[in-house]
Amino acid sequence: MLTRRIIPCLDCRDGRVVKGVKFQSLRDSGDPVDLARAYEEQGADEIVLLDISATPDERSHHLDTVRSVRAALSIPLTCGGGVRGVADVAALLEAGADMVAVNTAAVARPELIGEIASRFGSQCTVLSLDAAADGRGGWRVVVRSGAERSERDALAWAVEAQSRGAGEVLLTSWDRDGTRSGYDLDLIGAVAAAVHVPLIASGGAAGAGHLADALRAGADAVLAASIFHDGDTTVGAVKAALTRDGFAIRP
Amino acid sequence: MNPAGGGVEVVVIATGVANLASVLAALRRAGADARVSRDAERVHRAERLVLPGVGAFGDAMRSLNDGGLAEALRRRIVLDRPTLAICVGHQVLFELSDESPGVAGVGVIAGRIGRLPGAVRVPQIGWNRVATSGSCRLLRPGFAFFSNSYCATSPPDGCDYATADHGGPFVAGIERGALTGLQCHPELSGAWGHDVLCRWLAQTRRPC
Repeated sequence: MLTRRIIPCLDCRDGRVVKGVKFQSLRDSGDPVDLARAYEEQGADEIVLLDISATPDERSHHLDTVRSVRAALSIPLTCGGGVRGVADVAALLEAGADMVAVNTAAVARPELIGEIASRFGSQCTVLSLDAAADGRGGWRVVVRSGAERSERDALAWAVEAQSRGAGEVLLTSWDRDGTRSGYDLDLIGAVAAAVHVPLIASGGAAGAGHLADALRAGADAVLAASIFHDGDTTVGAVKAALTRDGFAIRP
Repeated sequence: MNPAGGGVEVVVIATGVANLASVLAALRRAGADARVSRDAERVHRAERLVLPGVGAFGDAMRSLNDGGLAEALRRRIVLDRPTLAICVGHQVLFELSDESPGVAGVGVIAGRIGRLPGAVRVPQIGWNRVATSGSCRLLRPGFAFFSNSYCATSPPDGCDYATADHGGPFVAGIERGALTGLQCHPELSGAWGHDVLCRWLAQTRRPC
């Protein structure tokens, strides 16, 4: 039986892990290799490594970070942030990524999803979908690290991305990101019902209870950052709690 | 023996679309001196060979047919030279796949690859529990990482095998002589995968 994944997320800038609230107010949270290694030892099922570099110079350093993390890690590594084309995907895979997440560039040019999937396979192609509530019971796609709201409906975009070849959706609630107020369960439920590919829920976790809520709402995997970086809890403690709750979790 | 004394030499086929860096990193952690090649003669002669794979069956076969790699692979497997095939690499050992109708596989294992059974999330991405038939030498029960939409749905004749379940049972891996095919990714399967690679490297070459 397939188990539910617990995925620590490392947002990286200039070779350091940072974390913000609603994608802003970034603060330093440590060395990516040290954190990735520690999370694997705690039982993490996968690591997501997102490049949130502000400049091209920082961006060129990011591939070195991917290489260093890959050398230390024996679990899957999903990389994203700033992916503009097939060449960026090839460079990330060459550096040690196993799956690549695409966001803003795909919203601007949806054909990019098909180009990545046809070259590297759907299982390698992750749609990173940042969604914000529109105040009318729906959600809009947010791009450019939250700086811009698009006109796209989040559910319609998830379905379109799947039909273009995305093999997984990494769904982040812009409203909940970094707030520790719990995942947006309505959003998770709506996307889980709309697509048949696996769904990773992100944004808002404060503890194991929130992760359990997201899994019950339909997520196949849950992603969290600050609760692990800040030492509030460990991957191992979260997995023990979810196992007690009856979820299929890799020991 | 490796003249540099570094480790057990392993040739890894560069298919062009695989997560090659992860495979190389895992082999090196397991003590291998892993080298990438697309040379058919080297593929045929290598003491140990790894065929990694992500992507589609048809693309993998196109890459292998280019430069005669598929034929070199077939010949070494017939000679029972130690060969480890991963994910789509495992699938192309079979004759056909529903993923790419009309494309012939390497064909050293009888049978065809089909879609994962059942109404479940596809692709299957994550860690699944692996159960082994009693006579497996490399594979042990445990949790392994999978990333696939297609699979062998029934164990091929003449192979020891491991299974997992995602909407129904499927073949997680096969062993036949010096040939090992893994639907899961040992390079991404933590301590379980590391142990599989270490046991595979520890296998001594059979006289041929």
